[in-house]
Amino acid sequence: MGPLLEIRDLHVEYKTHDGTVYAVNGVDLSLGRGETLGLVGETGAGKTTTALSILRLLPDRIGQIRSGKILLDGADITAMSEPQMREIRGNRVSMIFQDPMTSLNPILPVGRQIEEALLLHTQLSKEDRAKRVDEMLTAVGLQASRKDEYPHQFSGGMKQRIVIAIALACNPELLLADEPTTALDVTIQAQVLQMMNELKKQFDTSMLLITHDLGVVAQTCDKVAIMYGGHIVESGTVQDIYEAREHHPYTTGLFRSIPEMNRDSDRLAPIPGLMPDPMLRQEGCSFHDRCPHCMERCRREKPDSRAVSPTHSIACFRHERKDR
Amino acid sequence: MLKYISRRVLILIPVLLGVSFLVFAILAMMPADVAAVQLGVSATPEGIEKWNEEHGLNDPFLKRYFDYMGGLLTGDPGVSWSSNTPIKTEFVQRIPSTMALTAGTIVLVILLGVPVGVISAIRQYSIFDNISRLLAMLLTSLPAFWLGLLLMLKFALELDVLPATGGGSFAHYILPWITLSTAMAAQMIRMTRSTMLEVIRADYVQTARAKGARPVRVVMVHELRNALLPIITVVGIILGQTLGGAIVTETIFALPGVGTYLLQGIFKYDMPVVMISVLFIAAVIGVINLLIDILYMYIDPRLRSQFVKG
Repeated sequence: MGPLLEIRDLHVEYKTHDGTVYAVNGVDLSLGRGETLGLVGETGAGKTTTALSILRLLPDRIGQIRSGKILLDGADITAMSEPQMREIRGNRVSMIFQDPMTSLNPILPVGRQIEEALLLHTQLSKEDRAKRVDEMLTAVGLQASRKDEYPHQFSGGMKQRIVIAIALACNPELLLADEPTTALDVTIQAQVLQMMNELKKQFDTSMLLITHDLGVVAQTCDKVAIMYGGHIVESGTVQDIYEAREHHPYTTGLFRSIPEMNRDSDRLAPIPGLMPDPMLRQEGCSFHDRCPHCMERCRREKPDSRAVSPTHSIACFRHERKDR
Repeated sequence: MLKYISRRVLILIPVLLGVSFLVFAILAMMPADVAAVQLGVSATPEGIEKWNEEHGLNDPFLKRYFDYMGGLLTGDPGVSWSSNTPIKTEFVQRIPSTMALTAGTIVLVILLGVPVGVISAIRQYSIFDNISRLLAMLLTSLPAFWLGLLLMLKFALELDVLPATGGGSFAHYILPWITLSTAMAAQMIRMTRSTMLEVIRADYVQTARAKGARPVRVVMVHELRNALLPIITVVGIILGQTLGGAIVTETIFALPGVGTYLLQGIFKYDMPVVMISVLFIAAVIGVINLLIDILYMYIDPRLRSQFVKG
């Protein structure tokens, strides 16, 4: 059996008034059943765009998948019709959005918002749906009796729990979590992450976790893909990323930008410079003008992803050279 | 909820008293010899003095106000100064006509404005949207008196399918309805479109799409219901404008309504007639605003829990 989700050479563009934004430029990803893949990168790297492409929820008329394939259980999502996509959304693939404060409809009771997913995708009777709503609320650690309350009566962490309950209501095969804990404070973050991990196992769901928080990744993920400028620059297991010696210079920079308690340094070492303008099509490696090891070749050619171990691959000429 | 509503009704009372005092004071300060106007060319100084005495104009201002309000509150708005007939029966007869005009107008405004605004927003920058925006701008700029006359020319004089003036039958109201609702509907389209555009970009709409909801469901269940609040606010404002606009429209089409009555009263310095008409309009606007606030509570749970305790 192949992987649950496979993305091959995905290119996504936004056509705006000011020109075309090249948001995703040839992303390859693969996610097995029950696995959690962390998609890491700074703001604007194309993480959310990748996730929205999987649900085909890119902004109407502006965002479009230009080329590439997204295979869900072997079936190409990019070739599906809208009604087919609606069957998948919320049913086989669910998404948790970044800001729980605004992602619930303010004028519907939360119970009805969970029920809506069931209404759309199951043939359950009214009573069974009500029972399932109670179950879901209990599963995310809320009292079932609060289902008739409105979003403004819940705290941020509770709202995110409700969003998670909506996403999991139909028992999806794949959960896309777009920075699910970024808007929450740290103590609540830990709770929500732990709960998501438990529910993921309980519901046997695969998860694509989008984040810029390497700590979160270490806690929750099996595999990690580091994204930069619309490319995956490095991917591997959590061990590969956190413990292996070889890394893409961007990954190294990313780790250096995290404050560490046990490292004896006064200053952080941020990566100098900014991400390349996504409006311009760049020649060469997308990281070259910020890279401390930039060579002449990096400015002209795009490095392909090379395996440095069976699970670990890096898109950088430096590691290619070591291969030989 | 009941407590909130009764509190709002109680607030309405000082508002209406304030309006009555202001209007009464303005009318009392009118620099005109009212008696001479009412008695006409045959007025003698003795006649004028007698008229003033009879109508209480020699009394101090506050006494006149309290006398008038005392009568009004016991259900007697007095006698018309110009025609010497009791106002009550005449006025009550005129209410249905004005009600029919404003109610029909507002129904037209909602039926036309909301769907067109919604479609315009959903298909932003489409041909439909561009045409509707252009039309909305054109229609807002048409003055009612001009449009009314044009419609009369075409449908009453030239085609002879609808009556030009007068009231009494459904057909009499068709042209006034169109005249009055045109500019308001245009306003409604623009307002609905802009609120919908805001709601369409909301995160919860994305959540609804991610659940796999059909576009129609997303619009009806998630977008329109959230856009309803600002839309209802506009309906309230438009209702107020409609009552004001009714004065012009009723006059153009010679409809026997409160608006024409008010205008007649103004022309003839007929204080009791002006008072009752203005107070009526103020009361209706007050009640409409109250109803709209109650509707807010019904639609938006946030407001409900904010203002209604227990």
